[in-house]
Amino acid sequence: MFKTIANLQIGEKAFIEKLCLENIPLKLLEMGCLPGIEVQLIQRAPMHDPLYIKVNGSHLAIRKETAEKITIVK
Amino acid sequence: MSDDKVVKVALIGNPNTGKTSLFNQLTGLKQKVGNYPGITVEKKLGICKLSDTIKAEVTDLPGTYSINPTSLDETLVLDTLLNEKNDSYPDLAVVIVEIENIKRNLLLFTQIKDLKIPTILVINMVDQMKRKGINIDVKQLEESLNTKIVLASARKKTGIEELKSAILDYKKLDTNPISKITDRIDKDYFTRLKDAFQEFPLYKSWLLITQNNEFDFLTEKQKELVLKFREDLECIKRYQHKETILRYQIINNVLKDSFNVDRSKATDLRGVLDRVLTHKIFGYVIFALILLFIFQGIFDWAIYPMDLIDGAFASLSSWIKTVLPPGTFTNLIAEGIIPGIGGVVIFIPQIAILFTFISILEETGYMSRVVFLMDKIMRKFGMSGKSVIPLISGTACSIPAIMASRNISNWKERLITILVIPFTTCSARLPVYAILIALIIPDKRVLGILNLQGLTMMALYLLGFTAAILSAVLLNSTLKVKGKSLFVIEMPNYKIPSIKNIFYEVVEKTKAFIFGAGKIILAISIVLWFLASNGPSKFKNAEEFVTSQQENQNLSETLLQKKVASYKLEHSYIGYMGKSIEPAIKPMGYDWKIGIALISSFAAREVFVGALATIYNVDSDSESSGTIKQRMAAEVNPDTGEKRFDFQTGVSLLLFYAFAMQCVGTLAIVKRETNSWKWPILQLVGMGLLAYISAIIAFNIFS
Repeated sequence: MFKTIANLQIGEKAFIEKLCLENIPLKLLEMGCLPGIEVQLIQRAPMHDPLYIKVNGSHLAIRKETAEKITIVK
Repeated sequence: MSDDKVVKVALIGNPNTGKTSLFNQLTGLKQKVGNYPGITVEKKLGICKLSDTIKAEVTDLPGTYSINPTSLDETLVLDTLLNEKNDSYPDLAVVIVEIENIKRNLLLFTQIKDLKIPTILVINMVDQMKRKGINIDVKQLEESLNTKIVLASARKKTGIEELKSAILDYKKLDTNPISKITDRIDKDYFTRLKDAFQEFPLYKSWLLITQNNEFDFLTEKQKELVLKFREDLECIKRYQHKETILRYQIINNVLKDSFNVDRSKATDLRGVLDRVLTHKIFGYVIFALILLFIFQGIFDWAIYPMDLIDGAFASLSSWIKTVLPPGTFTNLIAEGIIPGIGGVVIFIPQIAILFTFISILEETGYMSRVVFLMDKIMRKFGMSGKSVIPLISGTACSIPAIMASRNISNWKERLITILVIPFTTCSARLPVYAILIALIIPDKRVLGILNLQGLTMMALYLLGFTAAILSAVLLNSTLKVKGKSLFVIEMPNYKIPSIKNIFYEVVEKTKAFIFGAGKIILAISIVLWFLASNGPSKFKNAEEFVTSQQENQNLSETLLQKKVASYKLEHSYIGYMGKSIEPAIKPMGYDWKIGIALISSFAAREVFVGALATIYNVDSDSESSGTIKQRMAAEVNPDTGEKRFDFQTGVSLLLFYAFAMQCVGTLAIVKRETNSWKWPILQLVGMGLLAYISAIIAFNIFS
């Protein structure tokens, strides 16, 4: 099992692993989710979806289904 | 004036960068709404005087994070910048970035720059630099980005003059691409692309082949070439990713030398507010309280200006009748046009109040938190967190609400939102509800404090929302529409709202209503007036006939007049229309008179009240609902000898008005926004059937 952004604890930081290009929409990269960049989970919405993350200086909210496609390394 | 030189400026930037503030500072009140060629989406245009002889025509393009669009709004940016032949093609692009998110904001800048359009970079919110511990070396940044940089604070009004003079000098700008990104992706591939479209800048050719839509401005030969390149989708996708990564590398390199942040100076207000506002309990409580406050505002505060407008148009009508000579022309103005305009203007207070609240919530950054809180719930109904704002807007008017759904990038979620919005209780239903409730629900208190009539009104609101949610669930499981797209929203920093921005936003939304719905409401009002004031032979001889009747011999002049008016209406074209639909509406408990009101309210629901007022020949000079109400209450059903507006008929009418799609303006907007007749027809038929069946059931249950 790969660890993804969806597995992060609130406040926890990690680095985005190499992105699997087929699964990751271009928009996400354009918003700053790039390989090697540090990502922090700031908050989960009630019912654990969407996720509020800080990445590359941007504060974004993404759905869990998207977060599950972005693998991370510590 | 015509000798003036005009520079076409396109204002481009990410959402939440203060782009709109800057636009408002540049153009002030000299704004207008135009249309983009080919598509009927409003374009925000403004004029800005640069010098005595030169002015700038500034287009405020929708906010976007990238030139690659993911929603309808964002597509406009791409279309405007690619088609050199269109009217909106700019001489100059002004890209605005915000100091705090400069890294992400610059991505768009590098894309625009590569299109070889002269580009100025505005760095906004520089007044916050010190507080946030940010330092910029402008000279160095200008050099490495190969552009002119203006430091500004749109809110504090600094840097505006400097920007104007930079715009004046736009011909001196360097139009070379920022760096040879394409070479670094795949030199061979991009050389082939370059050779295929020698007439275009390379990055433009790249954009042409990476998008899915067709570009009308291309020649047949170019279109063919585009299609050929698009065949290798795998490769395009891979290179797009590579391009983005390279762009960020370049941006990081540029910023490394000229931009630095001292994190120790940053404050954490955002964190505290976020924890409260998106809390799993407090978050919803706060949102519910805010909604309650907004609705309070719409109902309680809007009543006063609405009463004023109502009274003013009524007295304008009667004044016209006294000053103009009697005749068809005077009647057209006094009974067709003026009430028609009045019927549009009356809704402005509610719409303006609602959009004031909504734009305050958007300006502060709170709306993104609402989207965040509501997304999961709304998704259960096939919608998105972004559907919340349109659904709330729908309580004022469906038209701006449907337009507010444009930023939902998933087509299926957007479509469902558009389709269910008309179920929310819009302001036009209120007068209808008000008079029917007054007729059939006793003005009593239950449990000491709750007013029965007020409770009924609330129940109707809930009914509207429930119908919207349930039909969304139904649509979600039946619609077979492709809806693959991504939900990413920015959570902007909290800001104090700018009064100027709110004002312009409210003006824009109100205009959208007036020109979207207003034209149609007015046109139909005039048609209806014609149908009600003309008719075959019996109509023409009405006066003679009524006066000659025995029973009318001893009547006073005014009473006789009223009898004539009522006889005329019965034998007018619309009277015959009402009678011809009577068999169809009888199961709901209605007669031909109510049928006339139903037909009339197809322009807009609130016409129901006015139409009934005419039918039950209430003196049209007194507009107070008391008199209309008394007349309606006194009306007797000849078949049963009971009251015409008894409980079962009233409930049946309430349900009919709650569900039926009686708004031509909304249908027209849905056609425009979905670009197909299929969806408005689905709404018309689906909502109509629901209204018809539930009204019949209600009538029979309570009879």
